[in-house]
Amino acid sequence: MLLRHTSKEITERSALTINPAKTCQPIGAMYAALGIHGCLPHSHGSQGCCAYHRSALTRHYKEPVMAATSSFTEGASVFGGQANLVQAIDNIFTIYEPEVIAVHTTCLSETIGDDIPQIARKAEADGKIPEGKYVIHVNTPSYVGTHVTGFANMTKAMVDYFAESNGQKIDQINIIPGYVEPSDMEEVRRIAEMMGVRVVMFPDTSKVLNRPQTGKYEMFPSGGVTVEALKTTGASMATIGLGQLASGPAARALDTKCGVSCEILDLPIGFKATDRFVDTLRKTLGITVPESLNEERGQLLDIVTDMHQYFYGKKVALAGDPDHLIALTEFLVSIDMWPIHIVTGTSGKKFESRIREITSNSPYPINIKAPGDLFLLHQWIKNEPVDLLMGNTYLKYIARDEDIPLVRMGFPILDRIGHSYFPTVGYRGGMRLLEKILDAILDRQDRDAPEESFELVM
Amino acid sequence: MKALNENISLETEQIDPQEVKQELLKKYPTKVARKRAKQIIVNRVSEEQELPEIGANTRTIPGIITQRGCTYAGCKGVIMGPTRDIVNITHGPIGCGFYSWLTRRNQTRPDGPEDDNFMTYCFSTDMQEENIVFGGEKKLRAAIQEAYDLFKPKAISIFSTCPVGLIGDDVHSVAREMKEKLGINVFGFSCEGYKGVSQSAGHHIANNGIFKNVVGLNDNVKEGKYRINLLGEYNIGGDAFEIDRILDECEISVVSTFSGNSTYDQFANAHTADLNTIMCHRSINYVAEMMETKFGIPWIKINFIGAQATAKSLRKIANYFENDELKQRVEDVIAREMPEVIKVRDDVRARCEGKVAMLFVGGSRAHHYQELFREIGMKTISAGYEFAHRDDYEGRKVLPSIKVDADSRNIEELEIHPDPERFRPRKTDEQLKKLQDEGFRFKDYDGMMREMSDRSLVIDDISQYESEQLIEIYKPDIFCAGIKEKFAIQKKGIPMKQLHSYDSGGPYAGFKGAINFYREIDRMVNSQIWKHIKAPWQESPELAAKYACD
Repeated sequence: MLLRHTSKEITERSALTINPAKTCQPIGAMYAALGIHGCLPHSHGSQGCCAYHRSALTRHYKEPVMAATSSFTEGASVFGGQANLVQAIDNIFTIYEPEVIAVHTTCLSETIGDDIPQIARKAEADGKIPEGKYVIHVNTPSYVGTHVTGFANMTKAMVDYFAESNGQKIDQINIIPGYVEPSDMEEVRRIAEMMGVRVVMFPDTSKVLNRPQTGKYEMFPSGGVTVEALKTTGASMATIGLGQLASGPAARALDTKCGVSCEILDLPIGFKATDRFVDTLRKTLGITVPESLNEERGQLLDIVTDMHQYFYGKKVALAGDPDHLIALTEFLVSIDMWPIHIVTGTSGKKFESRIREITSNSPYPINIKAPGDLFLLHQWIKNEPVDLLMGNTYLKYIARDEDIPLVRMGFPILDRIGHSYFPTVGYRGGMRLLEKILDAILDRQDRDAPEESFELVM
Repeated sequence: MKALNENISLETEQIDPQEVKQELLKKYPTKVARKRAKQIIVNRVSEEQELPEIGANTRTIPGIITQRGCTYAGCKGVIMGPTRDIVNITHGPIGCGFYSWLTRRNQTRPDGPEDDNFMTYCFSTDMQEENIVFGGEKKLRAAIQEAYDLFKPKAISIFSTCPVGLIGDDVHSVAREMKEKLGINVFGFSCEGYKGVSQSAGHHIANNGIFKNVVGLNDNVKEGKYRINLLGEYNIGGDAFEIDRILDECEISVVSTFSGNSTYDQFANAHTADLNTIMCHRSINYVAEMMETKFGIPWIKINFIGAQATAKSLRKIANYFENDELKQRVEDVIAREMPEVIKVRDDVRARCEGKVAMLFVGGSRAHHYQELFREIGMKTISAGYEFAHRDDYEGRKVLPSIKVDADSRNIEELEIHPDPERFRPRKTDEQLKKLQDEGFRFKDYDGMMREMSDRSLVIDDISQYESEQLIEIYKPDIFCAGIKEKFAIQKKGIPMKQLHSYDSGGPYAGFKGAINFYREIDRMVNSQIWKHIKAPWQESPELAAKYACD
């Protein structure tokens, strides 16, 4: 037993987090910044944070993840990090020549109270920022929020720094895709384009964190939203934000700053949430949904009707980020599966009430904790076993100890590939999710079947 | 050694390393270039074995994309990470604990299903804003209590992250208080990320902590005629298991490993061993020094990376114990293990001979792994450490000439005296002298540069930009570094082997490990896949004949 010390008996903990279901703000900010074309993320603090965030993202995406750091030592921690950041800005523009440096803070620079805009002004006054290049920033103390809030805050910073409006409207809409995989961003764009919509999507990590092997390394690959495009977001017809937590702040900031009205939807996971996304596009722009998209929707539903016997009544335990969990829970419930243990590391009262609402017809009591940890999730499972686990790679320890099939989803996935290439959003993404769920459930049925009931046709 | 490398491609030999150095520095702002110039050295070993001086263990320049991590990473991640039965609580916001959770591929093997194993758990106080404002000691105290109630461990340790140092939480007094209250060993580490210039500072803090708080607490002497400690081995991918297997066969018992697959009790009676053997000298040489002063245990440098190095190290240990039976057993084990090693080595060498490697890793891995490459006829033309000090490059004898700067001064130096009860010289002065007269070397290591050829480039704390340039210029057959560098290198069509946590695979230590490594490198440098990067139509872009149907 790898988690041999996890007891069935649950005791109240007020201080100790065990096996977290979240990580810290800066990594989310770094990921979002990689979705700007020509951007080098910069971590203002000691170099370990940057090393850890790059390592974690690299292990998840299996792609180069570049970011610089202010490399604080004790001196900077006492006297402030201005000298480090000004020097860093100079070095970065000289050596790596990015278009944008996206600075995020760490708990160290936050605690000493470094004023990043003031330091950036100083760098500008000292002539360290070349003409036409940008330094943007966001405050991401690690002791507030999680990687999800860090992502949301950096995405909002893109609006704060770049969105412009002169009263003229452009025939395009903004889509903020949420804290999802590059493949998901690509799929969201594909769906919008199928409907004939011109889209500015930000951030956009597709073609950045799922690059082909070409024999060449480019520090700033072709993907990512350009600064030019970001500037035009203030003149778009509307904004659709996907995922309340990850996309809400940026969508609302655009409304406040430039008067672009916004609609914040759930991540389009499963047919109901995807329906709402497609329908919102349809209504916002007064367009017809193309037959090709109806076909995809029909295929997804066809799989559900064909294989419903294997979904029906299965109990599931979930861990992940709130935006994902809300959409995923709705999808599972819609195909008659029952998520009964749900943990997220990110806090939120709204999250809990949404999940309660979605699962209100469940025949079982539902355990929800936000913020909770994987230790608690495991204890719940020991008390009330499930048929399926869904969440990040760290769940594999619970899966092995309790002998439960696992579908990997969320962040981080360190031991499997596919997530950055194949989406789980949209109708097509739904098909892939169902395939993964069925594979896990049917492989288990095959493994456990006595010889007389080992079936060729299932 | 030289004979093996005769086939190294002329192209590489014709490149002037001085010009390469200038090329690497060209793009840097003047001040940066001046500093980097001291850390990029064209190797030259003089007749008197003198070496050029290298700049090492200095601060990374802000804005430079570095390989390095932080002090916390060195302390909690590297040194304490592989320890099985201590509950390691990270005191800080969630990130640090999260990132150091199972990510180094340290393996462990508890004796039985009932034995403690906390390596799969991540414990954190998950500090929130209010803890930063009002202090986190109360939460830490409660967290220790909760950990104790749930797990009843033998010991609990606490790791301070950056904000803890800034707000001034006194983790050591909390540890003392909880130790008193719970009756188990509780100790803290002031390993805030900003201390020192790299993870090396964290190794020092962790080792000091173990030495101060655990070593010497258990006087039970483990059975065995030849009892050693293995220092600086972390059991990545099962390395320590392979070393244990070989030592077992030689009937040499390992009292404790610092810190691969280690336990609290191993640390507690480390002082009963008769010899300290050091693998990664950077991580831990000071522990060996302290153990010698306090308990009378001599130390030697050994290396179990490479089959020849393993054989040499076993013989060295046998010579130390001056026992003919042991010497014979070691020879028997080597004789038994080597045929398979040689078979695979020769097979692999037929395909790898003459290829060139670059290694930029850790605090001794960039050195030790050159041995494995040498065994299959590959040459290392450029190498450097991520967090080493000058002695790791230039050998231990430069220690007196290393200047102590502010960043080193803030790492505690323990003042050590002989233990009044436990100090026991393992050898008489006459025995030591006799051994030394026969050429046996105690507490010494040569450093990497002396074992690399002239004109090779030795680069400390290499940056992303420099590695890219090196690859463009030399086009090595393989590049070894860490996960952060891996995919940028591979995108250039150069295979990249991780030597920190090995990507996958291992062990690479000892005899079986050498075989694993030969095969792995063969797979990587001779893979078909690199030939497929260009599609047929990109290889020969001339227009094809028009399909004639009209």
